[in-house]
Amino acid sequence: MLADYGYIGLFLVVAIFFAVTTLLLPFFLSFPSRLVLYFRRFTRYLETHYPFLVRFIPPLPKFPRFMQVVPYNPTPVKSSTFECGMETIGTAWVRFNFRYYFYALVFIALDILVVFLYPWAVELRGLGLFGLIAALVFIFIIVIGYIYAWRKKVLEWK
Amino acid sequence: MEVEEVYSSSELDRKEGKAINELIARSQEPIPDPDQWLDEELKRNILLTSVDAMLDWARRSSLWPVFCFPACCAFEFMTTAASRFDISRFGMEIVRASPRQADLMITAGTLTWKMAPQVKRIYDQMAEPKWVIAMGACAISGGIFRSSYSVVPGYNRIIPVDVYVPGCPPRPEALLYGIRMLHQKIAKMSIAAKGK
Repeated sequence: MLADYGYIGLFLVVAIFFAVTTLLLPFFLSFPSRLVLYFRRFTRYLETHYPFLVRFIPPLPKFPRFMQVVPYNPTPVKSSTFECGMETIGTAWVRFNFRYYFYALVFIALDILVVFLYPWAVELRGLGLFGLIAALVFIFIIVIGYIYAWRKKVLEWK
Repeated sequence: MEVEEVYSSSELDRKEGKAINELIARSQEPIPDPDQWLDEELKRNILLTSVDAMLDWARRSSLWPVFCFPACCAFEFMTTAASRFDISRFGMEIVRASPRQADLMITAGTLTWKMAPQVKRIYDQMAEPKWVIAMGACAISGGIFRSSYSVVPGYNRIIPVDVYVPGCPPRPEALLYGIRMLHQKIAKMSIAAKGK
């Protein structure tokens, strides 16, 4: 009895901890960017009030570049997104023909049919007449669907 | 729609031919080899010598080649990379498929003008500092195909070449010697020197 209440208390503690963490998470996540913001404000303040100081404060991440240890020659080709010898052709938002989808659906139906028929064919003698009739019913259902798709002109590519 | 226009093959062919003709017109003169820093031995900044030594050692000890094997010299490169000649002794056994991760281009093979824009684009996308070894007669001068209208007479028409390895194709020993020469060339680089 007491143990059950203990679990309830534990659940409450975990739930409250979870809720508080979730609520405070955005603040903690935005903390580094906030630091960057403060740093930018500080540098802007320096720029506006003490412009001669800023000249002697190179940005720290650019220090190797500033010292020309790392060569820095960006070009449009070098900065392009795709690292390929071929230039990209057209846009990525290409519309594919919807009939691919029909083909995929019909293929999946027949695929499942084959998956079920293989174990039945392996145990054909053992399953006997009942197995044969069951398989025929299954094939009949699939064939009805196939004929339906055929009549609906899914198999024609226009 | 413009998509229709781009996807017609005749339009693509016309654009490609125009780009190739422009490239041929632009690259009639060979690009001079980047070797300005080799003569600047005396001008070295005495404060930076140890920095230079460390940087050059790091750079030459882990050269990462990029895939640029248009023709048969590639087989000699494969032999060089494989167990008998073992290019990984120089820290460069990983041939990168991505130019962003590579800083050495071993141009093994005949280059046609149709392929030239792609090679130039891959070279442009490589990370700095980058070097090029022209491997084989075709890479140096076009080789026996030099008089052909479709073959680039030497890679230095489109990209600056650091080391030339002669041979048709060069044996793996020759390529390893070229790599050693490139190491010596990199060892003389300085961050204070101009060029590269």
